[in-house]
Order: sequence, then structure tokens, then C-alpha cells
Amino acid sequence: MFSILATEAFEGSFTTEANVILENVWLIPLLPAISFFVILFFGKRMPKGGAEVGIAAIGLAFVLAILANVAWIDHRDNFDGPTQSALTGLIEDDHAEDDHGEDENALGTTLTVTDTTAGADGVDEVVDVDLAFTEAGEGEEAHAAIAVLKGTDWLTNGGIAFSVGTLLDGPSVMMLFVVTMISLLVHIYSTDYVAGDRRYTHYFAFLSLFSASMLIFVLSRSTLQALVAWELVGVCSFALIGHWWEEKPNSDAALKAFLTNRVGDVGLLIGIIILFFASGGHFDYITINEMALAGEINQTALTWAAISLTAAVMSKSGQFVLHTWLPDAMAGPTPVSALIHAATLVTAGVFLIGRLYPVFFIGYNIEGSSINGLSLIGAITVVGAGLVAFVQDDIKKVLAYSTVSQLGYMVMALGVGAWTAAMFHLFTHAFFKAGLFLGSGSVAHAVHSFNMKTDMGGLRKFMPTTHKTFIICSVALAGVFPTAGFWSKDEILVGTGGFGVGSGSANGSYDLMLVMGLVGAALTGAYMTRAIYLTFYGEFRGHGEPHESGKRITVPLIILSVFAAGAGLINLPPGFITGSLEPWQERFFHFVEPAAAYFPAISHSVPSYWLAVVASAVGLAGPAVAYWYYFIKVDGLAKQTGEKLTELPNGLVANNKFAAAGHALLKNKYYLDHLYNDVIVASVKGPIARGAIWFNKVVLDGFVDNAGKGSVRTGKFIYDSIDQGLIEGTVNGSGKLSSQSGQGLRRMQTGKVQQYAALLFAAATVLAGIFIVFI
Amino acid sequence: MILNQFLLLAAVLFSLGVYGVLTRRNGVLVLMSVELILNAVNINLVAFGAFQDNVQGDVFAVFVIAVAAAEVGVGLAMVLLMYRNRKSIDFSEVDMMRG
Repeated sequence: MFSILATEAFEGSFTTEANVILENVWLIPLLPAISFFVILFFGKRMPKGGAEVGIAAIGLAFVLAILANVAWIDHRDNFDGPTQSALTGLIEDDHAEDDHGEDENALGTTLTVTDTTAGADGVDEVVDVDLAFTEAGEGEEAHAAIAVLKGTDWLTNGGIAFSVGTLLDGPSVMMLFVVTMISLLVHIYSTDYVAGDRRYTHYFAFLSLFSASMLIFVLSRSTLQALVAWELVGVCSFALIGHWWEEKPNSDAALKAFLTNRVGDVGLLIGIIILFFASGGHFDYITINEMALAGEINQTALTWAAISLTAAVMSKSGQFVLHTWLPDAMAGPTPVSALIHAATLVTAGVFLIGRLYPVFFIGYNIEGSSINGLSLIGAITVVGAGLVAFVQDDIKKVLAYSTVSQLGYMVMALGVGAWTAAMFHLFTHAFFKAGLFLGSGSVAHAVHSFNMKTDMGGLRKFMPTTHKTFIICSVALAGVFPTAGFWSKDEILVGTGGFGVGSGSANGSYDLMLVMGLVGAALTGAYMTRAIYLTFYGEFRGHGEPHESGKRITVPLIILSVFAAGAGLINLPPGFITGSLEPWQERFFHFVEPAAAYFPAISHSVPSYWLAVVASAVGLAGPAVAYWYYFIKVDGLAKQTGEKLTELPNGLVANNKFAAAGHALLKNKYYLDHLYNDVIVASVKGPIARGAIWFNKVVLDGFVDNAGKGSVRTGKFIYDSIDQGLIEGTVNGSGKLSSQSGQGLRRMQTGKVQQYAALLFAAATVLAGIFIVFI
Repeated sequence: MILNQFLLLAAVLFSLGVYGVLTRRNGVLVLMSVELILNAVNINLVAFGAFQDNVQGDVFAVFVIAVAAAEVGVGLAMVLLMYRNRKSIDFSEVDMMRG
């Protein structure tokens, strides 16, 4: 099948000359990095404890990120400068027409339309030349989206250059916006939420460091640079999860997050090494991608690299079975959960796949399969995590499992070849999940607990703003038309191409993924309905008098809910709107998806109305059942009996053995923690500990003892012979010599003029004798 | 012209001067011995100048005479001061130059 964005169509990958903003995006991570050090060293002495520095830095970075986005939008459509390819070097304008007769239509079109700047005439020409472009219905698509590559060689060793710098293209410019915006809102929110905390300054310092690391990660131009940033965000995550480390569960959770991520990091390291050797010594994203697409990297190497990198994604982006750290990470302050463990850090894995997409695309043979490792992991995560979210009593844990589930959607979308859908879901998810987390933080701020069953209920009366924003974000998460979640989730479902949806133009027919995605959609709505009921409806079960949070908490909530409702409008599917509004469709796709030589030839599905209807129906069926259970049955019974109920006293779980077993399975989170702690760790721990003791006692102790004795002997020998003999002798001898020579010379200093004169003449005589004899 | 006689004369005068400088205790006699040394050198200079048939030796000799006059002036002044302070011009008693 001919692909819409054939690789051959684009020879260029990047340029080094562009708009001044695009060339200098390194300033964006620099600002929070500076802020980190300023807060660390001077924060305590500042009137607001360093928070003002952090907010100013991230605010400025946000402004720069918006400018970068504007500049990128202009660059995407209007850039006409010289472009380069990692494989073929600088590309001349007439290159394609000269010696690439076969590809002439593709790149030739690019050049023709470049001249007419995508006017009406340009569209006609495209239709004539290339059928694929007419299928996409996008004449202006002929412009290549050339990435802006800047940087310098950090060091060169053995002829291999380790370059650092910025690679700016659609996905990274999108991430710049998301990271800086959520980070800014979280900074503002935190000034209220952690006010009076004993490590207030430390908290803001790490928020700054996290923002800087994440921005470095999304701007990285090489795998090695990305690895550094990847580890930096891991450290920040560790420090912030364990922010209240005085309590054991918090420091345990921080350690768990760190150690679980280590497992995946090994995969990342191995993947980078495989790619390095397979590509003949390259770390640069663009070079690796272009080589993978050109078939210059062995298919087997790509597969192993993709599998190794998948391990990294599984740990960082919380995919089944390495997701267990993410729910525990909710031990950290809630704004941190919103920023790091929902909106940004956990999407790093998804972003990594997006960056090295050719490796995965070819390695997993995504085009033309109906199942592969990546999409299977994603699909299992979608449903598996969605089910566990049902049995959580902690509101943040519900959201955490929801995050895992949504990340599963993104990974699944990447696994089925729906790259743009994954990135779009990342984009929309960041807003509504950050909104939900901050909303749960607002609730917890009021009731001083996260337990929905014992301390919440009926909060809509006390906290109207939080309630409304929470509902909007939940609706967006559940994917109800026309909120942001609907558009992104629908795009993923269409992208699976299961059962022939999307007119069969997808990369493969992933039937299973479509089913799992639909089930996940139903689950999402249902567990959110449960969480909303337990939190905001029924009778208040906690203590005291809850009240609405302050402006610094509610305003970010309102902003995020506006985005949660409206962000989907920037990627309306083709055909949804017509007429003069038509250029507004698929804007996200147009500006974010790379259309250049370093991006694979993925096909794009045509939207399907009946799938949208089915998905909406299924997505609403879940909440409907949950609504019936909680809002009608439980609420009705509670009103009838006057008790504060959170579930039916004799429901399915109490009466049915099978349901009880399932409930226990979910309650225990599939026993994964037991598997890790009791089976794997315990079985490894015993023998390893015994072996370690033996090694310690016999090998290490013996070595150390002998080394100690040996060094004592050596020291004594050195002291006696060298120190006492040679060095002391030299020192004393030179002292004596100068003393004696001084005594000798002293006698000559008589002060008698005639004696001096005698010496003078004697010396002159000796000199004269020497002259006579030798000259 | 025979150079040797002049050089021998100068060597004898020089040796007499050195002997005087090293052995005389009287400060004035030491200065006179220094004059002997300088004049031995003058004889050498004039003799070499005449031998090579140019005036450079004579010019140097005149310079040396002028410098010797200045030297004797300073030297006699020092001897005079010594006499005023110590009522003696015996060089062997003076060891003020001891460092």
C-alpha cells in the first residue's frame, strides 16, 4: 500500500539556520536550571522562600515556549532555506529532479508548491502529481517539516563525537508548551498547597530542577543527552516523592520509584548501546532514525533495541508490569503528582518512543502486523489499570491508576502506528489529568485526607469550584463529546484500524487493540463516576467543616478545565468541518508530526463516524452502570436508612465467590507487589545475602587484612630506608654543609681593607694564569 | 721600537705598587702605591699606542690620569676623616668594613 507520507518524499531532515527563537531554545531549560541554583543557595533568605524565583523563571520559560510555538508554526509552513540530511548532507534544491527520476513527483511537488506557498493553484498541482496527497486532502502538506538542529560537540573520543544541543521539531515544541504551562500552574498552586512546609524552599528548588531536566529531555538531540535528562527527572521524582521523608511509607515509595526505574534504565542503556553499535557509532536521533529508515541498520538489531527501550518505557511510563511504583508515588505532595506523575515525567517514555519511532516502527514491524509487543503492553495496561482503579479508596490512587491506564492508551497508539494520536492524547491528557490531580489536592486540602470512603462525600456543597472543574476534567478523561479526551481517544481507536475502521488505510489491522481500547473507555468513565460520587455526592463522612480553597488553587483548576474542555478542537478530524473553517482541521497533526526524512512512512486512518458513535456509546455505558449503582442504588439506600454508605452492604462481592475472588485480585493489585517483594526479592535475597557474607568474610576480609599488613610492612621499610636514610640525610646534610661553609667563609670577612685587596690581587693573578695557559 | 722594555718597566712598577698596597700601613702610602699601579698601566697604554701608531692609547692614558686624580682626591678625603675620628691613619687598625 502506498503511504501518505512516504519516506522517499522527503530527503531533508533538519536545518541549522532558522528563526532566532528556534535557534536559541536552549534558553528555555536554562531559566529553571538557574532558578534551581538560586533557590538552593539564596532561597531561604528571600521573603517568599525562593518561590518567587521559581515562578519568575518558569513564567519566563512559558513565555519563551509560546514564542517558540509561534515561531515553529511559521517555520513549519514557510521555511525555505537550505536543508540537510544526516546521510546525504546538504541538499540542493534541484537535487531531486536531477537524479531521482522515480521520486520526482514527491519531492518535485514539494518544490513546486514551495513557490506558490500552498495557494489554491498549489493544491491543484498536487492532485495532479501525487495521489497520496489528495488522499490526505492536504495540499499544503507538501512542505517538509524541517527540524531545527543546534548544538556543539561536547567531547570527541576516538573519532566519535558526543554532541549536545537542541533538536526542535513538532513534538518537542509541543512538549515545551505542555511542560512549561503545567509547571507554571503547579508552581502557583504550590505556593498555597505547601505553604508553611518546613522544606518549602527545597520543594521549589526541586520543582525548578525538574522543569529544567524535563525541558532538556524534550529538546535533546542525541540519545546520550536524553539519558542524562532521563536520569535527572528520575532524581527529581525521587526527591519529591520523598518530600515528607520523615514518614516511612513516603521514603519507601520514593525508593520504590527509584529502584523500579533502575530496572527500566538498564533497558534504556542497553538500547542506546545497541543503536550506537548498530548504526556504526552514532548517538544523534536524526542519524539513527534516518539510518533505520534507509535500511542501514540491521532489522534484528532494531528489534532488540526496540525491546530494550520498551523496558525503559515500561518503567518510566508506568506500563504493566513495571507500573507498580507509580501509584505508590502518590505519597508525594499532590502538585508534584499532577506535574510529574501525571502530566509530564511519566510521558517521557511515550516521548522517547515518539523520538526514536523508526526504531520501533521497523523493529516491531508495526506496519502490516496485527499484534506486536508495544501495542500488547499498552492494551493490557489500559484494561488492567482501569480495573484496579475501581477498588481504590484513596482518590489519588484512583487517579494514579487512571494515569497508568491512559499512558497505556498512548503506548498502544504508538504500537499500532497512530503516532499523532498518541502525541495528541499525551497533550490533552496532560491538561485534564493535571486538573484532576490538582482538584484532588484541593479536596484533600479541605478535608486533610485522601480517603474517599472515610473522609469525603457531599463536598459539592462546600467546594463548588473544585467540584465543577473536577467534573469537567472527568468528562474529558472519559472521552465524552466534545471535550478534549473524545478527540484524542477516538483518534487512537481509529488508528488501531481494527475490523477495517478508518477505511483500511491504517498500518495494520489491530482488532484486539480496538476492543481493549473500547473496554478501557468504558472503565474510565465508570471509575471516574465512582470517584465523583464518593467525593462530591452523598453525605459528608469526614470531620470538621470543609471549605473551598483559595484563589491560587482554584484559578489553575479553572484554566486546566478550560483546556480539558477545548484542547481537542486543535485536531479536528478531516471532514468534520467544511467550508472556510476547513483549514482549522488537523492543526495538531500538521504542526506536530514530523514530515521529514527522519520519520517513518506511517499511514493515517480516515476518521470513522460509526466508530465514534460506538465508542461514545460504550464510553457512556460504563458511567451509566456506575451511575445506576452509586447515584441510584447506594444513594437511595443511604437516604432510606440514613446511613453513610459507600457501597451496597450485600452486593455482588459479598454474595458471589467468583466476584469476591476478582475483587481480592484487584484489591491486591494482581499480587504484583507480592510477586516482586516476596517471590523475586526474597528468593534472590537469601542466597545473595549468604553469598555476600561468605564473600565478605573470606575474600574481602582476607584481602583487606593482607593489604593492611602489607602496607604496614611497606610503610616501615619506607620509613627506615627512604625517609630516615635518604630524605633525613639529605635535609640534615645540606643544613650542615651550609652551616660549615658559612663558618669557613666567616673567617675571610675580617673587614681589613688590605686583606681584601690581597684576595683581589690573588684572584686576578689566578685569572691571569688561566688566561695565559688556556688562551 | 722595542715594546718589551716598556712592558717590563710597567710590570715592575705594578708589582711595586701591589706590594706597597698590601704591606704599607700608612693610608697615604697606600694611596701612593695605588698611583704606582695606575701609572704602570699608563705606561702600558702609551707604549701600546706608540707601538700600533695611533692615539687611542694616549687618550686612555689621559683618562686614567684624570680618574686617578679624582680617586686620590676621594681617597685623601677619607684618610683625613679617618684621622679626625681616630687620630690615626693606620689601615691595619681599621676593620669597619666587616659585614
